[in-house]
Amino acid sequence: MLSFIGRSIIQKIITLFFVSVVSFLIIHLAPGKPSQVDPLNPKFTPEMVERFRKEFHLDKPLYIQYIYFYRGLFTGKTVSWKDNQSVLKKIWERFLNSLPLFIVGTILTWTLSFPIGIRSAIFRGGLYDRSSTFFSYLLISIPGFFFAYILIIFVVTRFHVPVIGMETFGLGEASWLRMIMDRIWHLLLPSVLGATGGIAILSRYVRSQMLEVEGQDYVRTARAKGLPPEQVHYKHALRNALLPFVTMFGLILPGLIGGSVIIESIFSWPGMGRMAYEAILARDYPIILTVNFVSAVLVLAGTFVSDLLYMVVDPRIRL
Amino acid sequence: MMETDTKNPLQNTGMEGPLAPRQSRLQEFWRLLKRNNLAFVGLIIFVLFFLTALVGLMLTSGTRPVFDPAMVRLQEKLRPPLSRPNVETLRPEEIPRLGLYLFGTDDLGRDVFARMLQGAWVSLTVGFVAVGISVLIGILMGGISGYFGQNQISVDQILAAIVLLFAVGLLLFGAISLGVVSVLIVSAYIVFSLRWKKGLGKRTLPKWMKVFLTGAISIDTLIMRFVDIMLCFPSFFLILTVVALLPASMYNIMIVIGLTSWMGATRFVRAEFLSLREQDFVTAARALGISNWRIIFRHMIPNAVAPVLVSATIGIAMAILTEAGLSFLGFGVPPPHATWGNILSDGKRFIFDAPWLTFVPGFAILVVVLSFNLFGEGLRDILNPKLRERY
Repeated sequence: MLSFIGRSIIQKIITLFFVSVVSFLIIHLAPGKPSQVDPLNPKFTPEMVERFRKEFHLDKPLYIQYIYFYRGLFTGKTVSWKDNQSVLKKIWERFLNSLPLFIVGTILTWTLSFPIGIRSAIFRGGLYDRSSTFFSYLLISIPGFFFAYILIIFVVTRFHVPVIGMETFGLGEASWLRMIMDRIWHLLLPSVLGATGGIAILSRYVRSQMLEVEGQDYVRTARAKGLPPEQVHYKHALRNALLPFVTMFGLILPGLIGGSVIIESIFSWPGMGRMAYEAILARDYPIILTVNFVSAVLVLAGTFVSDLLYMVVDPRIRL
Repeated sequence: MMETDTKNPLQNTGMEGPLAPRQSRLQEFWRLLKRNNLAFVGLIIFVLFFLTALVGLMLTSGTRPVFDPAMVRLQEKLRPPLSRPNVETLRPEEIPRLGLYLFGTDDLGRDVFARMLQGAWVSLTVGFVAVGISVLIGILMGGISGYFGQNQISVDQILAAIVLLFAVGLLLFGAISLGVVSVLIVSAYIVFSLRWKKGLGKRTLPKWMKVFLTGAISIDTLIMRFVDIMLCFPSFFLILTVVALLPASMYNIMIVIGLTSWMGATRFVRAEFLSLREQDFVTAARALGISNWRIIFRHMIPNAVAPVLVSATIGIAMAILTEAGLSFLGFGVPPPHATWGNILSDGKRFIFDAPWLTFVPGFAILVVVLSFNLFGEGLRDILNPKLRERY
């Protein structure tokens, strides 16, 4: 166990190093220079550009820049090229904005997809199963931005509530109840949109896991003993079908930072995805690289956690 | 059937001849497909989409296209679908070819039907070329790592590769002479080591040189670690970054989507190859003295291709969605060329006044992506040997 932990941590650190090198190379070898971002701005005289280049070590060779950047990142001194604010602080602020979306979306995904998947596995081939299958394909296939506009048109024309942004502008002196309702309305649509794909995929996965377990011998034995169907489904089958999902708790970690670029920019939600999008537009390399690095860390941490959980939950696995 | 029976030599000896399968693979595939309703509908929509895109390309390109997607009629802007044009206010060449605006017009009075036709080709090519690239890379990498995976890369090969990379870097950054020298050194070493292994292999080496020939890492490990590295990147964000930094063009988008989505295919092919290479027919082929490459291409890839085909079909759906998303964010194919994503993106300012600008391209993307997904899932069932009926 301990040797497995040690080995995988070393392996993941090596992977992380290569990820940092590759992302750095992709960004810096792409055509165009960050100092050319706004050639029409009269403040951008050649002297300014020179000072800018010197300030951010852009006149040094690439490997020196790499060392400077990651040293700055680990000591927390890296600043955004756009406004000279600390990158980590900016990301933290935006992260707190994205967090409610992530939490509501995850709760929706995990509470809805299990009942749907289990029911369609139990009544395999029935009307419910076939229609839920079709709807999950529909939800996987629908472009997020199109679905967002359908929901916006529906909610705005039917309920007459504003949905763009994090809260309604100029609601300063309203009662706290109204403020909370306002917040919930604004939170609802983007998190539902973030959850749709997850619900569709996860419920299909629950269904196939349930079907696999229901075909096992011990479920047949349980049925042959004359146990009531509920007990067979929920005690014998479901408990064993749940095993792989425990590990998926680890895999939702990267979603913390992923944030949806498209959904956040439709709803003007000042979250991570939107910040990354703005950074790309402004060629703000420190922010792009940091978002990339943090999300790589989360992916690796997620796989690590899911491996560990699997070992804890499933006694058959000995790595 | 009777004819083949009489020709069967075993028939005369009174023994029961080996039963040949009554259906060819393709016939059986077709039979299973027709039983799977959703997949069949998916295939039909896919074929229709393919034809539409081809016809659309022909009708909307050229100097004098039948449907001109770039024709601006400012007096006819935001007309709803199926409305007739105001013939008096238009010059004769501006009148839409169908006599009505089938899908309405946008905020510049351009015919949305013509723009949708033009955009269909973009979606189709982006989907197929991107997935083609990723499947090619996937089969190559997965095949190498599954078939030759146990071979070790020795220290001298790693050193040569590092020097070569260094040389390419030097060439890129302008130090031509130094770069050429290191390329020459590497190529001289490669020639030398090839000669060495052929002719002089029996000669014993001094101990310090043997260090260079020990294996450091297996090919399989190397490729799989590279896959792990690529999987660490958040894919849409990576695509967005690269597309934003590169000059805007359709080909860049295809290449970038292809280069960032080959990891799944690599894993599938590797897994298939690892199980196939232990099977008897591969051993038999090797015993017959068939070359490695012939075994790979003639015997193993046809057997390994099923899961790749399924993931490629679903990958096309994903690529179309990604392209639409990029167009929506404004990084797609540069205007005035229409894509479904940028028609929708242009229409989003008018969602309450002109909802057709959102719904027409949105439904088109939805239907096409849905058809690919349904067909891919159906394919997974059909190609699954467990579900095939025994003869």
